[in-house]
Amino acid sequence: MPAPYAPETHPVSASARSLLVVDAVASPIIAPMSFVLEQGACTVVRGRSGAGKTRLLRLIADLDEGSGEVWLNGVARSQLPAPVWRKQVVYQSAESAWWLPTVRDHFRVDQHATLEHLADVLTLGKDRLDADLSLLSTGERQRAMLIRSLVMQPKVLLLDEPTSALDRDNIARVEQLLVDRMRGGLGLVLITHAEEQAARLGGQFVEVQRRT
Amino acid sequence: MASALLLINGVISLVLGLQVHRSLVIAAARMVVQLLLVGLVLRWILALQSPPATLLVILIMIGAAAREVAARPARKLRGYKSYAISGTVVSMASLLTVALALTTAIRPQPWHDPRYAIPLMGIVLGSVLNSASISLDAFLTRIQDAAAVIEARLALGARRREALKPYLVAAIRSGMLPVINQMSAAGIITLPGIMTGQVLAGMDALEAAKYQILLMFILAGASGLAAFGCVILSAYSVTDNRHRLRLDRLAPQKQG
Repeated sequence: MPAPYAPETHPVSASARSLLVVDAVASPIIAPMSFVLEQGACTVVRGRSGAGKTRLLRLIADLDEGSGEVWLNGVARSQLPAPVWRKQVVYQSAESAWWLPTVRDHFRVDQHATLEHLADVLTLGKDRLDADLSLLSTGERQRAMLIRSLVMQPKVLLLDEPTSALDRDNIARVEQLLVDRMRGGLGLVLITHAEEQAARLGGQFVEVQRRT
Repeated sequence: MASALLLINGVISLVLGLQVHRSLVIAAARMVVQLLLVGLVLRWILALQSPPATLLVILIMIGAAAREVAARPARKLRGYKSYAISGTVVSMASLLTVALALTTAIRPQPWHDPRYAIPLMGIVLGSVLNSASISLDAFLTRIQDAAAVIEARLALGARRREALKPYLVAAIRSGMLPVINQMSAAGIITLPGIMTGQVLAGMDALEAAKYQILLMFILAGASGLAAFGCVILSAYSVTDNRHRLRLDRLAPQKQG
């Protein structure tokens, strides 16, 4: 069992105004990780293949069991019910998963205007929103998934390879959308294979290490 | 005389090369021995008329059924959790319905007369065994197949109940299907076993039908309770109070 969290190790003094403070988050596989994410900033998670980059994002979203603590605007994750936490700190997996027939079915009626606007920004045709999901390409589903995450209006978005299935033009559109949202205060934690993407989003790097 | 039919089956199997004559003989022999033994034991228990002995027999029956329920699904929970769930559900569902039937509808004197309690328990357990194992298997298989979808919903802030609901509903429905089929087919496609037995034993057909109706209600009730209980308890076992999907609590799958 990992050691229980000890409050005195928490570096919050420097970051009372910080958006997200990750403090000694660890699992049996990942060595303890700490970093601070400011409002409108981007953190890029680096590490060898299989080092546990995805696991780190899942740990922050509280989808996997682990030790350590995470603060959002000074509120500890352990103080909030997990569903409330995950609505503000949204994890988006690398593979898109859907449970209803069409993209639009996954949105409440009052979200349809936002959906159509964002679909337009990402040049996702309106007909694609009402087409059976099995008829969409991987790239279309990937863009639709980003819209699904953004509509939640999260404070922090944990993105696992969000542009892996996109061509250069669509990557540029997605990055532009993310930069716009970051200007509005959104914090990003990003896993990407493209070093240039990290640079374009102004990311600082953190390195995941496997426990030895 | 009736055993001549089995002989005919065996001959057909030999002639056509069906390769079933061996298992046919073994199964027939098992059936004869098992039923004769049960007949002997039952005769003894019924003559005994002792509540502790009746209770002991019933507990053994429940234990055997619970073991079957836990052992059948293709995916199992780690450790003894499957057994804890099936033991709880099978005993609750069967004891509740049988006690209810004995004290309110059938009313033998005394209410725990083994002549009624033991056969009734046997029928109810058969039905509970079916519903519980089917629903448990359906639920664990479905959530494993749908793990990515369930986690995507949890990641968007869904509560575990919300994220699991479609699979809960589908699994309970699968578990109830046999007893629903049994009820709709009763009398038209099949003549239920109890009713057949009673008519053969000389009981008035309408009386036998009333008995069968009562039994069907008991069976439906017990099956419903069993399917519901199994699925709800296993849903709690594969999630935790931070609303995470915990497929690590499933036992590793055996190959082949």
